[in-house]
Amino acid sequence: MSTRRHFMSQSAVAASALAFPLVGGAQPRTIKVGVLHPVTGALAYSGQQCREGALMAIEDINKAGGIKSMGGAKFEALLGDAQSQPQAGAAEVEKMNEAGVSAVVGAYASAICLATTQTAAKYNLPHIVDVGVADQIMERGLKNTFRFGPGYRKCAEVAIANLHVLNTAAGKPARTVMIVHEESLFGTGTANLLARELPGYGYEVKEVIKHANPTRDFNNIVLRMKAVNPDIVIPANYYNEYALLVRTMQQQKVRPKAIYSVLGGAASSYKFVKEFPEAANGIIDCNHWFNPKDKRSAELKKRTEAKGLFFSYEVFMTYTSMRLLADAIERAKSADRAAIIDALEKSTFADHMMPYGATKFVNGQNTGAQPLMTQVVKNDIKVIIPREYRETDPVFPLRA
Amino acid sequence: MFDFSILFPSLLNGLTTGAVYALIALGLTLIYGVLHIINFAHGAALMVALYAVYLLKERFGIDPYLALPLVVPGMFVLGYALQRLVINRASHGKDENILLVTLGLSIILENAALLAFKSDTRTIDTAYTLTTIAIGPAMIALPKLVAFAGALVVSGLLLWIVGKTDLGRAIRAVAKEKHGAKLMGIDVDHVYAMSFGIGLACLGAAACFLLPAYYVNPQVGSGFVLVAFTVVVLGGMGSFGGALLGGLLIGVVESLGGLYLGESLGQIGIFVIFIAVLLFRPQGLFGAKA
Repeated sequence: MSTRRHFMSQSAVAASALAFPLVGGAQPRTIKVGVLHPVTGALAYSGQQCREGALMAIEDINKAGGIKSMGGAKFEALLGDAQSQPQAGAAEVEKMNEAGVSAVVGAYASAICLATTQTAAKYNLPHIVDVGVADQIMERGLKNTFRFGPGYRKCAEVAIANLHVLNTAAGKPARTVMIVHEESLFGTGTANLLARELPGYGYEVKEVIKHANPTRDFNNIVLRMKAVNPDIVIPANYYNEYALLVRTMQQQKVRPKAIYSVLGGAASSYKFVKEFPEAANGIIDCNHWFNPKDKRSAELKKRTEAKGLFFSYEVFMTYTSMRLLADAIERAKSADRAAIIDALEKSTFADHMMPYGATKFVNGQNTGAQPLMTQVVKNDIKVIIPREYRETDPVFPLRA
Repeated sequence: MFDFSILFPSLLNGLTTGAVYALIALGLTLIYGVLHIINFAHGAALMVALYAVYLLKERFGIDPYLALPLVVPGMFVLGYALQRLVINRASHGKDENILLVTLGLSIILENAALLAFKSDTRTIDTAYTLTTIAIGPAMIALPKLVAFAGALVVSGLLLWIVGKTDLGRAIRAVAKEKHGAKLMGIDVDHVYAMSFGIGLACLGAAACFLLPAYYVNPQVGSGFVLVAFTVVVLGGMGSFGGALLGGLLIGVVESLGGLYLGESLGQIGIFVIFIAVLLFRPQGLFGAKA
């Protein structure tokens, strides 16, 4: 009985394998793409937002007829969970490789991206980094790794230069700075860059405070802030801690001349603005942001909100990264990994909603990528710098 | 050395945080003291209670403090039912099984929350969320002061139940000598379930006091439960006074540790205490020698 069943199943497999070439020509192929994010664990919120962005992009790509140069081949997402841990992310890449994906888009957090890009490199598997701002990700000479958005060095440079412009225009009311950052790769790296560069512009960095994820209580940090009394507070951390920090500052009545975030997880988040309108008001952030003048950004925002989600940077960063991949495969005319890497290297992808212009990769980094400066004004997030994307004039300092 | 104007608020802040730790640890120590269960689902149960408070506020507009008479009995019933219908049945009377059953429960609860609420961090906004009260040079958030007072009241109530009521006597009898208690006509299964229920009811109270100043997401319990275990070990397994004092002490150690060592090293003090207690006074501050 069991041998008979075995035989039958075997012949079924053989039959379908034989039959496949006949229908294979008629039907468009599918291209497997790994969508890898930390959808559980400490970074789950951001990871799930990223995943939504990726899936919306795939929906759009397929709806528009798939990859035309490959007979309308459709994208098929292979979802992976990095569980907010680098090693779990690397293990997912192994699985995706086994499953035969053509490329991986992910994996949000810098520390996770470090691991996943390296694992993908073993198999020459193209990996588009959607957020991961740590510059170490791009500096290891991995041929398979491409980052569409800016790294933290670029963000810190832009933030400092603009702070100086704002401060000078206001008659230099701000001189002292305190940096509060989370302790992983992204926060520490950003804080180190800021602490090193700011004195060159004439700012005194009074204190740099590191905290864990999660931190349950920010009273101590805010007490020290009270004692130091800095003109500007610069937070660089993830959403939960950012929200608690700003709320505690409000409770303790600590009001610096400006809260000036660099890649602060919350200041350019509609969720934060909605939940803490009072605390959010006036906060400036240097972060990933879409081109507000591009109609597609407003459409995507509407679609995201219709799903009951906030239109956070995770959504549009991963959305655009997926579109970048589709563009590369379209030009490669192949789902072959080496061909996709080659097409990415030559990418001039310009049909997107980010303020980056035409894509140009140098050693995997998109050289046109830049953050925008936003400020929370009247319960909305508005671009203040640079001028070509400006929606409203900056308010600086917030308090004399 | 820090100025008094920083040290004093930090101390007060530690005490108010510690009171909530104590409340969470009280439930844990009751469950351990009577059932000898190391309840790994304690953090997940706290998370469930926090979501209950959140939903009551968001769906029905019930203030977290007014939600106390709903959430506390609700958590009690949940605890009673879990012990009677799940833990007791699935463990077949073996302690090592109970450990695994509670661990399994915590995984199920956390993932159910992830399914229902996604991993979105949620906060509630009340009129008093940002209200602060000046005590000398310190500005203490009103929700934290309420939590402090509430934790003391609930602890007092628990001490009274265990010390003075028939139920308390039965609980203590079962904790000391299960078979003897059974022979005396005490319904041991009922007492077990009552203890588990009361343990979770403490979490219900903790959740009502916590949420106005904190947030909830499916992982929120794990951070608290580790601290609660330390508090229980410090105070002495099964000792209520110990849990209360231990909680306050741990809160202060954490706060001052954060101040002196930097926030990311602040918790080091907690675990140094944990190891030191295990080395030099394994029965804890108030525990009886085994």
